[in-house]
Amino acid sequence: MRIIFILFFISFLSYSQNCNQTLIGRVTDFHDGSPLAGAVLIVAGVEKFAQTDFDGNFRIENLCEGNYTLQVSHPECDTKALQFTIPYNGSLNIRLEHHLEELDQVTVKGSAAIDYVTTQLENRIEKEEIENLSYASLGDALKTLSGVSSLNTGSTVVKPVIQGLHSSRVLIMNNGVRMQDQEWGVEHAPNVDLNTAGSISVIKGASALQYGGDAVGGIVLVEPQRIIRKDSLFGTTVLTGSNNGRGGTLTSTITKTKESGWYGTLQGTLKRFGDFETPDYVLSNTGLFEKAASFRFGLNKFTYGFEGYYSFFNSETGILRASHLGNAQDLFNAINSDRPLVINDFTYSIDNPKQGTTHHLAKAKFFKRMSNFGKLEIQYDFQFNNRLEFDVRRGGRGDRAAVDLELTTHTLSTDLSFDANSKFKANSGLLVRYQNNFANPETGVRRLIPDYDKYDVGVYALGKYILNQKWILEGGLRYDYNHLDADKFYRKSLWESRGYDIDFPEIVVEDFGTQLLTNPVFDFHNFSGTIGFSYSFLDDYELLTNYSLATRAPNPSELFSEGLHHSAARIEIGDLRFNQEVAHKISVALSKTSGNFQFTVNPFLNSINDFLLIEPSGVEQTIRGGFQVWDYKQTDSYLLGFDLDAKLKLTEQFDYSTKFSFVKGYEREGDTPLISMPPANLSSMLQYNNKGLNNLRLRLESNYVFRQNEFPDTNFEVFLPISETTEILDLSSTPDAYHLIHLNADADFNLFGENDLSVGVTVNNLFNESYRETLNRLRFFADDLGRNIVLRIKINY
Amino acid sequence: MKNLKFLALFFTTTLFLASCSSDDDNEPINEEEVITTVRVALTGGSVPITLEWKQLDESAGPAITVSGDLEANTTYTGVISVLNELENPADNITLEIIEEDEEHQFFYQVGTGLNISNLTYLDFDGNGNPVGVSFSFDTGDASQGNFTVTLRHEPNKDAAGVSDGQIANAGGETDLEVTFPLVIQ
Repeated sequence: MRIIFILFFISFLSYSQNCNQTLIGRVTDFHDGSPLAGAVLIVAGVEKFAQTDFDGNFRIENLCEGNYTLQVSHPECDTKALQFTIPYNGSLNIRLEHHLEELDQVTVKGSAAIDYVTTQLENRIEKEEIENLSYASLGDALKTLSGVSSLNTGSTVVKPVIQGLHSSRVLIMNNGVRMQDQEWGVEHAPNVDLNTAGSISVIKGASALQYGGDAVGGIVLVEPQRIIRKDSLFGTTVLTGSNNGRGGTLTSTITKTKESGWYGTLQGTLKRFGDFETPDYVLSNTGLFEKAASFRFGLNKFTYGFEGYYSFFNSETGILRASHLGNAQDLFNAINSDRPLVINDFTYSIDNPKQGTTHHLAKAKFFKRMSNFGKLEIQYDFQFNNRLEFDVRRGGRGDRAAVDLELTTHTLSTDLSFDANSKFKANSGLLVRYQNNFANPETGVRRLIPDYDKYDVGVYALGKYILNQKWILEGGLRYDYNHLDADKFYRKSLWESRGYDIDFPEIVVEDFGTQLLTNPVFDFHNFSGTIGFSYSFLDDYELLTNYSLATRAPNPSELFSEGLHHSAARIEIGDLRFNQEVAHKISVALSKTSGNFQFTVNPFLNSINDFLLIEPSGVEQTIRGGFQVWDYKQTDSYLLGFDLDAKLKLTEQFDYSTKFSFVKGYEREGDTPLISMPPANLSSMLQYNNKGLNNLRLRLESNYVFRQNEFPDTNFEVFLPISETTEILDLSSTPDAYHLIHLNADADFNLFGENDLSVGVTVNNLFNESYRETLNRLRFFADDLGRNIVLRIKINY
Repeated sequence: MKNLKFLALFFTTTLFLASCSSDDDNEPINEEEVITTVRVALTGGSVPITLEWKQLDESAGPAITVSGDLEANTTYTGVISVLNELENPADNITLEIIEEDEEHQFFYQVGTGLNISNLTYLDFDGNGNPVGVSFSFDTGDASQGNFTVTLRHEPNKDAAGVSDGQIANAGGETDLEVTFPLVIQ
């Protein structure tokens, strides 16, 4: 080191007399090597400067021999300093990080060349709205977007439904990791804390193939807060209190960033509610206790970087006591009673039936940006999901879970993006995944989902071609291979009644008398693809048209189910013979993106071959009495509908916006309506914002939900021995339309700094309407929530 | 270097976590709470009568047997036993019910046509409410009809009529519901 220094010193001295040297060079974009015009170059200490011409070339004359520092700046780039020595042999080539902001954003999002998708509509919820909803669930937040509804089990278990489809058909990406949280079950809510998100996007289709090829419904992208490369320490704390449920949420985030690119974020959430209430009664045993924390750190240099992320999610959720049923008689009694059959005083304690879920997610991601090419990303992620369901049980078994499933997933994925050409961008990647499901036998209840090992391999390639200012073309292909190897016990009688003894005699491993151990092995080859274009016209109009092909292998619940579902008082039976469902979705979005009046209209048609659905097939007599049997089946189906968003700026301070979602689904044969389709939903908002008055924001929202008038007939006749009558159980009829009014008010105040304190109040269901929601699985037993007043304090520091 | 260390730590942790859940128990689970058999022993007539409702496999039909006809104008005392015969030896669930007697109650329904009256509970829980493992009834003249036995878990024993054996307001969940065709000679 010292020798080098001395050498430099000597060289400086020996050449210091010659002062008519010239430095020539060129400034180019790091990515595609395109010349940067107008870059300013300053030689520190000698007051010499130059500017690049149209071809990015520069020339600095009359330099003395010696060592210099050169500062290079460009309006769209990070300023760069570099050392050089005069005399300099040849031309000095300087590469600048072009489009600083855009790059930072993509770095965080994790996909360099393609910003999710270009030709399919993407709806987004921003940070402020997420903070306003900090007391709610991910599903509740997503519902604020047009085309997204929810499938609920009560008010705390909320699954997103995108244009009529849910569960395994909706893929949830949490900070670049595909959630593996047993999403197959209708009463399994995503194990994601809403408050970890910086933004949430919904892509209403399968076109973002880098995330998977099986998103028949769509993709939810939960993205963390953007990291900006500067020295800063900041945080936010949000505290909410709700009168309904008599609880609240405390969530805090603190982030440290460095100009060098290092960053770290620590976040935690506590959520606690007791029994919720309808306008008329307490919903007994509907409390919630949720704990979540996450830690994220990394280095975000321009040419390379890494990120480590860990998140923990734990939730204990009470399930309405009155929804736990013994048999058809109980179901009959419950349906025919206006009020739930169990109403106790308000309490915070959560008893059986309840769910306990724990999710650990850890990931490590590395990226390397390559000059004149693009970026390579490698990610490993690990997830462990444990789901416990506690039932009302006899003989002191209530403390023992009736369902105890442990799902462990390891995924290694790569993404190579090419962005060196200003007209053509491409991504390609490889994914390898291993998953193990372990059903704890200590439950004393037959395994709902069997033990299995699953291996997935996926490859994809996506390309985008920017034809000109108006036209962008996009296309992609993906192939996925799934290998599923299960150890499944069948009751012999079921094995025979399904005809498995004839079709699958070779998979029987061992005979245990009344039960058979079998080893079903499945191999699925799934192809998916997308093609589309975006066309801009008349300054601010945009037309997106996209076709996507999605292929989804049946999930473990569709293949292996065979047992009693307590909250539905029904027996559900899957089938080993199922194959993949294949969806062809065409979606068009026409938008006007600026001006006082803006709108988006998004019609779609989703045609699904071998659509997997569950429908009633008969009644089974058991020692507990009669139960309805529901069989999974495959049938060609189609869904069609449209979403509408419109926004009108009335004055500087008043905005009016409206959203309408409409979807219909049918089996192709006989045009039988599909079950569990969301009803049409119209939501309108009047907003007032006065920046001069503490940034006061007032919002009045009207939400009208139509009655679902098309549904399959799933009623069944059952003989009730107590009354000795045959009764019809009406499970199909849908609840009436309802209209709710919500109110929202927020204002910002100065506590220590500028606008660092924000106080708000939300009143949901202002007029305390009694209503029931078609897609709430507990609608047979109780009304939905009554008025809820939420107070909210947000501190930024 | 730092990155490498982190990476090593990360993978080690992961491997450790992954190896926790790899125990493979390939043993069938015999459902512990299953009731396979309901037996009602009726005494008081010249011959004891046994009613049995048995189903070892839910997807197969039940086997219902009544050992004989009841005698007319007789007072019978009944004792019910509830078993899980998937276990060997059979699990006597009646004991669990008696242990949790405040949370359980049997109900007995006499179907149309059957001349049975004066159904009386003979056992009570700590609160003085009926349980119904033992009961009695009087037969009338020769007739036939259904006799339904229901066991409710967590019924509301304080609701109107429930302690008199009326099921209408009982609520709770049905743990079993079986019907026997009876003949009174």
